Amino acid sequence: MSELLGWKDMPIGGIIFESGSSQRYVTGGWRTYKPVHAQDRCVHCLRCWILCPDSAVLVENGRLVGFDYDHCKGCGICARECPAKCRAIEMELDR
Amino acid sequence: MAINLKEMSARPELLVGGHRSCAGCAAPAILRQALHVAGPDTVVGFATGCMEVSTTIYPYTAWRVPYIHCAFENCAATVSGVEAAYRVLQRKGRIPADKKINFIAFGGDGASYDIGFQSLSGAMERGHRMLYVCYDNNAYMNTGTQRSSATPRGAMTNTSPNGSIISGKQQSRKDLTACVLAHNIPYVAQASVSNPIDFMRKVARALEIDGPSFINILQPCHRGWGCKPEDSIELARLAVETRWWPLYEVDHGRWKVNNKPKTVVPVVDWFRIQARFKHMVAGDRDGILAWHQEQVDKAWTELLEKEEKSQ
Repeated sequence: MSELLGWKDMPIGGIIFESGSSQRYVTGGWRTYKPVHAQDRCVHCLRCWILCPDSAVLVENGRLVGFDYDHCKGCGICARECPAKCRAIEMELDR
Repeated sequence: MAINLKEMSARPELLVGGHRSCAGCAAPAILRQALHVAGPDTVVGFATGCMEVSTTIYPYTAWRVPYIHCAFENCAATVSGVEAAYRVLQRKGRIPADKKINFIAFGGDGASYDIGFQSLSGAMERGHRMLYVCYDNNAYMNTGTQRSSATPRGAMTNTSPNGSIISGKQQSRKDLTACVLAHNIPYVAQASVSNPIDFMRKVARALEIDGPSFINILQPCHRGWGCKPEDSIELARLAVETRWWPLYEVDHGRWKVNNKPKTVVPVVDWFRIQARFKHMVAGDRDGILAWHQEQVDKAWTELLEKEEKSQ
């Protein structure tokens, strides 16, 4: 949690100057199940990446490389939407 | 414009994680998809709603583009003002003449169908170069599922409960896409979160146009509709396959149906997996199910006719 400014220091209108600051807020603790990627079955169609609500599917050079577990809320959309022929993402209990 | 996910994934993410939407909410995916198409030179205005609240909880923001926090009723008006200011600044030479900035207003169905309808109508009529995206989740989900004019007939919400006298919402829903289309603006489209490529192509087309454009996109809400979080995309897909939510676009008066489902799925198959319709599926005492199917079939036939006539 970042320090909240006092009323004298707060910008007028509550403007937030730092873009994308929510990245410092960790939502990974909401998770019960976590997605696990099976590299050998993945066809890198990137459907999981484009449908992930939390921008938590990590892609490098057009290939899925893993998940951002700090922000993944474990909703399971990626595993559900992975094409039936590969099913490269499985949800596991996150201990 | 061809949508290439691989190319897109190389670009920086403009809506980052750490926002506080429910796990399994498909709405942030809609915002991400729109921003991936629009790019960093975009100004976003957001009407009150789930996404406005959850992406900008002070002192955090999930946005990496300039973002204006608007009230329920004035998002389209605010964004049209930003667009007018941009044109003035460009005329005065303060913004280079060749610098193109996209203006996108987002609103939920409460902000677009109900409370912000006048500002949306005004902005569309004045002809600002802006895109309005309505993410329609069929009720006021941010405050805990109250009925809106987007709620389908028979759906159970907190303010249209199912009881011994009435069964869910009594009125039929408003067709906002048709309302906006009646403004005779260059581009109007209906999309679904289950078809991201189709939606992104529509956003790209809308931003190309020198004038107002509008996209209405269906976004299932697992809290309000009563389903599992991971099923939200599946529900949107079924809505398209049952033809309850047809995907179409009207580009300068030319209609195009983007998805013609090959097999007809009865609407009841879509209703069955949602808790908000469970009373109807269990015993449809007012004949609402049959009414829905009739409406869907009628609207689909009309849609195909419009497509054929406008060619």
